[in-house]
Amino acid sequence: MNELVFFINNVVISGTVAGSIYAIGAIGITLVFSIMRFAHFAHADLMTFGALMVLMFTSLFPGSGALLGIPTPLLMLPLGMAMTAFLAIGIDRTFYKPMREHGVKPIVIVIASLGVTLMLQGLIRLFAGTGSRSMYVGESKGIYRLELPFELASRPIVITEPQITLILFTLVAVIGLHLFMHRTRTGKAMRAMSDNPDLARVSGINTDKVVMVTWILAGCLAAAAGTFLSMDVSLTPDLSFHLLLPIFAAAIVGGVGHPYGAIAGGFLVGFAETLSVFNWAVLLRPIRHWFPEWVEIPRTLALVGTEYKIVVPFFILVVVLVWRPTGIFKGKVI
Amino acid sequence: MSLLNATQVQGGYGGMNILKGVDMAIDKEDIGVIVGPNGAGKSTMLKAIFGLVQVTDGDILLRGESIRNRQPNELVHLGMGFIPQEKNIFPSMTVEENLEMGAYIKPRTTARMLEKIYSFFPDLKQKRKQPSGELSGGQRQMVAMGRALMTEPTLLLLDEPTAGLSPLYMQEIFDRIVEINKAGVGILMVEQNAKQALAIATKGFVLASGQNLFTDTGEKLLNDPDVAKSFLGG
Repeated sequence: MNELVFFINNVVISGTVAGSIYAIGAIGITLVFSIMRFAHFAHADLMTFGALMVLMFTSLFPGSGALLGIPTPLLMLPLGMAMTAFLAIGIDRTFYKPMREHGVKPIVIVIASLGVTLMLQGLIRLFAGTGSRSMYVGESKGIYRLELPFELASRPIVITEPQITLILFTLVAVIGLHLFMHRTRTGKAMRAMSDNPDLARVSGINTDKVVMVTWILAGCLAAAAGTFLSMDVSLTPDLSFHLLLPIFAAAIVGGVGHPYGAIAGGFLVGFAETLSVFNWAVLLRPIRHWFPEWVEIPRTLALVGTEYKIVVPFFILVVVLVWRPTGIFKGKVI
Repeated sequence: MSLLNATQVQGGYGGMNILKGVDMAIDKEDIGVIVGPNGAGKSTMLKAIFGLVQVTDGDILLRGESIRNRQPNELVHLGMGFIPQEKNIFPSMTVEENLEMGAYIKPRTTARMLEKIYSFFPDLKQKRKQPSGELSGGQRQMVAMGRALMTEPTLLLLDEPTAGLSPLYMQEIFDRIVEINKAGVGILMVEQNAKQALAIATKGFVLASGQNLFTDTGEKLLNDPDVAKSFLGG
């Protein structure tokens, strides 16, 4: 039974956590792509920025979350989301919008967003330093140990407070986004603009407003994902670099411009990563007696070492794209 | 005062003048049809009226007010509707959502107008929950027309509404255009199927190389031997 607990802790929970982060990130990238038709490289830095803002507010008002019985970073999350949405709109107005209005090719804006990434990373390092920080100021992270009511299971299932909130948030965000896109006038206008931008303009849809709403959504989602991840691990300025490639892989695997594809892609990449670094030897040992004598189970039996797990999303990316060139859900070709 | 009055319009893409002084006047009760050879600037003229092509000289008046180089969404507010030739629907959205997007600027009238459009195009009512991209060519054209009619425009611009349709659907679309016109909507359209289009036209404009070649009633243009020889295939 302990082996099963080990599997739940290292694959089910880790995979869901990684998948949720990638899914939220990929949704942002896919939304920006479907409305503005460019791959936004600075997206992962919005995550770092959001987490940094939350940390800043947490440091300013330490312990204030105790009033509501929640961790302070969680209380400050809405503020961080708002700041990130403002930053996203600001970046768009300063850099991307003038380029769009000049009618430059999308690739030029993609490169500009790469520049914005470097700029944001530099600024974050300048103000927050290069070290890693805990998001908890004078508080401690809630860790839950669920003991299983079986004799054989002596080890508990371990899940942390930020992991639970992240999973719940992802669920709410996905359902909320679906309702927004299908039930509200602005959401439908977003889908219309994603479908056919020229016709949206001709129909009298205010495309500037749609663009702004897109950045607000992307910024808020990014800030939340960044905050939950930093709460679970720690906040480092290079957080975004570790996230950028997997979330792009997730968005492309799922089908660019397709929010459900982004979710599917996020979880696919997240689980593939955790499954590939999982030590399968642990699960094989209990069924050792089923194998012939000469088979020896090595101490560690993982597909790849942890250091190489970044390879996995790209392997999946290539395989999926060979099988379905526009992603799992039929996305727009970049 | 004409509903639409364009005088000596010049313009085109990226500094290249495709239109070299075109005149056009349409009233509320008119069906105006623009015909002419490929590259004559027919679609360009329609787009110039709807603010999609830069106008460099001349003027365009809607009910006496200049609309030269106004943004398309402003023109929708002024009571104009435009149906592009291609990509004139939102393919991943349902028929009903397409129509709702047509009424984006008038959310309060959406429900009433949906009923009106469905009674005008009963086919669409059946397929209201279906993604419009899955419909046949003729039905898509109806979605496109329905979308543009949702704002109750007074002037409707159509760019080749029958392109790629079977003769049966073509006749149906023309019949619908006549009905829309009878309901008090001025029509200006570009057509490749010149003969059939001129047959329903009250005004015909023959363009060639970005200039007016002939302007007359549809019937007279149809019977004009010069027009027939050069543009209607004898």
